[in-house]
Amino acid sequence: MARLANWLRLAAMIAAAAITAAVSFPAAAGVDLPTLEKGKGEKCVEDTQYMRKNHMDLLKHHRDDTMRKGIRTTKHSLKKCIECHASEKSGSVAASKEDFCAACHSYVSVKLDCWDCHATKPGKSPQPKVGLAPLKAAVSPLLASSINGASK
Amino acid sequence: MNKPVDSKVDGRRGFLKAGAVVAGAAVAPGVLLYGVAHSRPPEEAASSDVRWGMLIDSAKCGDGCNDCVTACNEENGLSGANGPQDTQYIRKLDIKDLRNGRVHSLPMLCQHCENPPCVDVCPTGASMKRADGIVLVDRHICIGCRYCMMACPYKARSFVHETITDQNPEVPRGKGCVESCTFCVQRVDRDENPACVDACNANGHQAMVFGDMNDPESAISKALKSHASTEVRADLGLNTGVRYQGI
Ligand code: SF4
Ligand code: SF4
Repeated sequence: MARLANWLRLAAMIAAAAITAAVSFPAAAGVDLPTLEKGKGEKCVEDTQYMRKNHMDLLKHHRDDTMRKGIRTTKHSLKKCIECHASEKSGSVAASKEDFCAACHSYVSVKLDCWDCHATKPGKSPQPKVGLAPLKAAVSPLLASSINGASK
Repeated sequence: MNKPVDSKVDGRRGFLKAGAVVAGAAVAPGVLLYGVAHSRPPEEAASSDVRWGMLIDSAKCGDGCNDCVTACNEENGLSGANGPQDTQYIRKLDIKDLRNGRVHSLPMLCQHCENPPCVDVCPTGASMKRADGIVLVDRHICIGCRYCMMACPYKARSFVHETITDQNPEVPRGKGCVESCTFCVQRVDRDENPACVDACNANGHQAMVFGDMNDPESAISKALKSHASTEVRADLGLNTGVRYQGI
């Protein structure tokens, strides 16, 4: 009986060691990590490790600021993430399983509903208002632009 | 609508004046700059010092002209279809006075009420009024119950029934949420007019003025000061952000 118990203990230890090994060396255990396409920019607006852990909170915070208060800074805006991370091949962050957002989220089985409403591709950026700045100072109360509409 | 003013003559004279106020600066022949004065840096929140509003002159609004609607559809990625389940942010109405046969045409859109019933009834807080008076639906928390559609006296809201793809990145919209005119908030926040107003100006009708009703120097405030204007269903006391002339 004692010998059996010893044998079981040994087996459990071996199994535990194997699992630890598998976790720390996933590739060795045959698990493929998602491969991510590199963004277009030089580097991310935050540290990569920080982003991995916190991007959802940053996005959610920014979404409420923009939606509810009209704050339109670009640092943590989803639109800017998409502009940088859209795939060279598909032009999107979530059109195929290799695209930036989809690659990780399908790997961890997290379903995103961002794309029910948000475009997954960068759009044409709004036209800069060429030459308007000095004019604006001059006739400020009556200003803005109908140039986009007028030039159509 | 509820104030039977004979504004035809007055309205026209008013219009010339309004035109003079509005035509602030000619940059090049045929290109005019119109009046939104407030430039707000991107990191600054919308403020209640501003109240965005729109003044529409039905006498100037072209019979059969649909340019505002077309521009809106393009800006916001709407299909433009007119079925009972299709989204419309703005629609053209032809109104006939049955007593004397007078017909006039006007665009109807979300009136951006100061006391919006849609916000009152929303059970989730998704229907909301921004500090500067723009009424929006926060689609992140809208559950699609459609109470707001029933509460709105102007039939301004639509429910999205089908999956949508290829949205304008600046105008996210999708199935299961209610939506309505946003005064093109994405354009207003970078100091531009709503798409409908620019389209109306571009085709020469100049029937719409957009601006800050709290700023006495804005084109809209001056026009409101000098001409009689009407709120549709003023009896409801909603203090609408969209006002009409000549109805
Ligand atoms: S017009 Fe309708 S949707 Fe717009 S703010 Fe008023 S009640 Fe709400
Ligand atoms: S449909 Fe959405 S916005 Fe309208 S009342 Fe319901 S939760 Fe609020």
